[in-house]
Amino acid sequence: MTITLLLLLLLSGSFVTYFSGDKWASKIALLFSILACFVSIALLINFQNGADLNYNAIWIEIPKIYVAFKVDGLSMAMVLLCTLLTPLIVLSSFETNFKNAKSLYALVLFMSFAMVGTFISEDGFLYYIFWELALIPIYFIALLWGNGNSDERKKAVIKFFIYTIAGSLFMLAAFAYLYQKAGSFLLSDLVALNLSNEEQFWIFLGFFMAYAIKIPIIPFHTWQANVYEKSPSIGTMLLSGIMLKMGLYSVIRWQLPIAPNAAKEYIDLFIILSLIGVIYGSILALRQKDLKKLLAYSSLAHVGLIAAGCYALNQDGLSGAVAQMIAHGFVIVGLFFAVEIIERRYQTRMIDQLGGIRTMTPKFASQFLILVLASVALPGTYNFIGEFTVLYSLSQIDVLYAIFGGTTVILGAYYMLKMYQNVMLGESNKTPFKDVSPTETIVMILIIGFLLFFGIYPKPITSLIEPSIIEIVSQINR
Amino acid sequence: MNQNLILLLLVFPFFGFLFNVFFGKKLSEKISGSIATLSIFIPFIITCYIFSFLLSNPEAVKIDFFNWIQVSNFSLNFGVLLDQLSVLWLLFVTGIGSLIHLYSISYMHNDENFHKFFSYLNLFVFFMILLVTGSNLLVMFIGWEGVGLCSYLLIGYWYKNQDYNDAAKKAFIMNRVGDLALLIGVFMLGYHLKSLDYTTIKTLIEAGALDNQEILISSIALCLFIGACGKSAQIPLYTWLPDAMAGPTPVSALIHAATMVTAGIFMVTRLNFLFDLTPFVQNIIAIVGAITALVAATIGLLQNDIKKVLAYSTVSQLGLMFLALGLGAYTVAVFHVITHAFFKACLFLGSGSVIHGMHGEQDMRNMGNLKKAMPITYVTMLISTLAIAGMPPFSGFFSKDEILLTAFHSNIPLWIIASLASIMTAFYMFRLLYLTFFKDFRGSEEQKKHLHESPILMTLPLIILAILAVIGGIISLPGNSWLNNYLSPILSKEVHAHHLGTTEYILMGLAVLGGLIGIIMAYFKYIKSKYTPVSDAEITGFNKLIYNKFYIDEGYNAFIVSPINSLSNFGREVIEPLLSKTIYLLPSFIQKMGNEGKKAHNGSIGFYLFIFVLALVSITVYLFVIAQQS
Repeated sequence: MTITLLLLLLLSGSFVTYFSGDKWASKIALLFSILACFVSIALLINFQNGADLNYNAIWIEIPKIYVAFKVDGLSMAMVLLCTLLTPLIVLSSFETNFKNAKSLYALVLFMSFAMVGTFISEDGFLYYIFWELALIPIYFIALLWGNGNSDERKKAVIKFFIYTIAGSLFMLAAFAYLYQKAGSFLLSDLVALNLSNEEQFWIFLGFFMAYAIKIPIIPFHTWQANVYEKSPSIGTMLLSGIMLKMGLYSVIRWQLPIAPNAAKEYIDLFIILSLIGVIYGSILALRQKDLKKLLAYSSLAHVGLIAAGCYALNQDGLSGAVAQMIAHGFVIVGLFFAVEIIERRYQTRMIDQLGGIRTMTPKFASQFLILVLASVALPGTYNFIGEFTVLYSLSQIDVLYAIFGGTTVILGAYYMLKMYQNVMLGESNKTPFKDVSPTETIVMILIIGFLLFFGIYPKPITSLIEPSIIEIVSQINR
Repeated sequence: MNQNLILLLLVFPFFGFLFNVFFGKKLSEKISGSIATLSIFIPFIITCYIFSFLLSNPEAVKIDFFNWIQVSNFSLNFGVLLDQLSVLWLLFVTGIGSLIHLYSISYMHNDENFHKFFSYLNLFVFFMILLVTGSNLLVMFIGWEGVGLCSYLLIGYWYKNQDYNDAAKKAFIMNRVGDLALLIGVFMLGYHLKSLDYTTIKTLIEAGALDNQEILISSIALCLFIGACGKSAQIPLYTWLPDAMAGPTPVSALIHAATMVTAGIFMVTRLNFLFDLTPFVQNIIAIVGAITALVAATIGLLQNDIKKVLAYSTVSQLGLMFLALGLGAYTVAVFHVITHAFFKACLFLGSGSVIHGMHGEQDMRNMGNLKKAMPITYVTMLISTLAIAGMPPFSGFFSKDEILLTAFHSNIPLWIIASLASIMTAFYMFRLLYLTFFKDFRGSEEQKKHLHESPILMTLPLIILAILAVIGGIISLPGNSWLNNYLSPILSKEVHAHHLGTTEYILMGLAVLGGLIGIIMAYFKYIKSKYTPVSDAEITGFNKLIYNKFYIDEGYNAFIVSPINSLSNFGREVIEPLLSKTIYLLPSFIQKMGNEGKKAHNGSIGFYLFIFVLALVSITVYLFVIAQQS
């Protein structure tokens, strides 16, 4: 059994969903995503028992391109993030009726397929194809099933699409140059290259353009809030929960090992840039009127901190970044789902039109509050483990960085609690709020359960990713 | 000692919490409240057992449950440490906790979310136990943030009132300012000592691991102290505590007087071996404590809300405790923590009883002459007031006197400040007593008709706490302190009790005299002369400044909160659109080319764009590949 099984399953799931028709599409998609989830857990068990899950075959002779998949703890963790979240995301939209549902769910599975491919590709060219493939489904999902004025939406989504593609071109150029030097796209070959500092600088920059837009790092974030707002919730969840992490993962997997000297030379610059995102995102989140936009800016702040952890280049920075990616993936999907739950009932996401929901639905209020608290990294949630480790890594470089990054501890609590207060608390809202349904509850409970369990006992994840992180750190410091 | 027994300390409150969350709604108030009370009372019994065990066998017990957090250079266990300090804290957390649970059954009667109140209260005690028993700084931090969360939930317990929600939010955020500092301190400590485990870092520091690194030690200690300022409401992070009075009164008694707010003192005492190394930070602690004591006492002089007076009094008393900590007199601070827990819990519960009897009235201007209708409340509050005013032989006399004595021997200006604060305390506490219980009743006829003494469930805890407020002093009598001996294993510096000489007796006399002056002044102002309530609008001049708490809140709003919010608006309205335009220059160039393509074909623009970009990509790749081959 190799990791290709998972890819094939997701891809075939996508086709089957498409041909199953609108009525069955959501159920078939759920079935396949759950299957994929089980398969990935089975793969994890095999992996931990030392089985070889890698796949390697030559794809094209000239230029030399391999179909090479390699699994280590890091990619395993990211694959699991993707396959655990996909069923939750599919299930979360069960109560929404989409027109042309078969295409939508087929695209969701296809996107999952492409993202898993990105996380496991060992060959740079293959990786690049998956990287771009992942963009297509989200483009259509946002464009065709999104909300709001269709012209504005089109504008926002096309901007996003071109923007990310444009960024990726720089990465492609970097790969092309690397191929010309190494004669292959294999990561191991690229890492082994003896690049001069100047070469590393340009390669680093090429990767950076692609990743900074995807993550996003300030000032390349301007697509984010608009696209989050315009996309249907299912798209926003895919984007914020998993796709953002593609960029961050790639920093750790490709950018840093290939061009470590550039990273080291400009370490302060990139940390500061990331930290500006933390503060800027937090401050902008304070006064947003639309819940989705507020969460978009909170995401900007959180991924800023993750990026800072990545660019801290030490073991704690990287492992904290991975932990925080997973934690953020779950919590942001949960939060966007909470917004979706509210929007289903009130047809609005405007904070000033909401309020007083808690009296009518204490259960949902508690679930939402736990997610809010996880998002502000209360100890006992997995988010705390990530945030703590990242901030600790920053403090090793300069305590000032930890303090600036740590503003999220204060500002995060400010904008999240303020939002919660305005949306949920206060005098009872006049419009009745239908209590959360069983499917809605299941999704919320699973997400909360995950965050609390690993908050108390993070060891399984830590020991899964630790060996790969140590290896990558040693590559950086070679 | 049996490991399971210790685990039960945490299990009972936690399951009490879960029980009331999931089943509380279906059960009667009696059952729900009793289960919650038992969930705290059983741990109290266990604590008593552990305490007696520890008395005969002063070896600390450390138990690790599992490996929790792991970073590159250290890993931490989720474990507990039961030694003299944590068990002492446990005793009054669970003891007073049980009494307050009992009291709440009656106080919260007929509240629509009765079971929720008790589940939060249980959760609070759970986190508090974790805070004091945690075997390392990070487990303490779980408890630290956990009690903050419960404080947030309970301040905003009546969540329909947005003012209360604001108070809850403010408490949480202000605490987080301290928490960030605490975390930074923890980072530095962890980085340099490769551990956060109390026993390990104590050994390392005592072995000289941080010797000759004064700046480092000072920064660590300062950061930790800022964290303590947040939780224990010291300047400049104290303004949340008076607002926290929005919560139900038992919450104010338990969380915002007796237990949670003493967490900062607990932490500093726990890390005494670290603070002892940095006289610089110790001075800061002493000064901040003394100033807080004075400022809060000043504000307390003129407050009309009965709970606000008690809140400022708490801030002021906490200030005195920090003064003692700063002077290195950890035992003295702990002593005052304990006596304060007794009499302040009693005072808060008493005020709750008053508020209960007055049907929600908190303004002392509308009270008066309650001593006839509420004799038990009156007597217990009188005892506690005498205790807090430092009158012998009540417990507060001994603990406060120790603080003043210590201050006198180290730093005369601090002694003067602390003495002033004490005189003011005596004044405003007796003002409270006189306004509430003496002279004529000033409330409405309706209130007068319904005046009644509270039921036994409320008066019983009052009586027990009043008794403790009387006799609490025996744990550390001048010249022969049991507490000193008891705590000596956890202190790195030898504690030498003050020699009782003439100076000491004179000082004691002075302190009592000061208290008497305060009481007499209050007597003349509120009993002898005619008291006419002054409405808020009529308060003028310096009084207005004090009554409005020196406008500190307004200052914070004007200089911190508003600028951040304006910045947020500015970012949304100006910076974002600007960035959006400039950064899109490049893509829009590509888009323009795409639009050219669109003219040639009719169809989905998105699809054509995609094809366009894909082609561009392929061409680039191909060119490079060809270049490579040839």
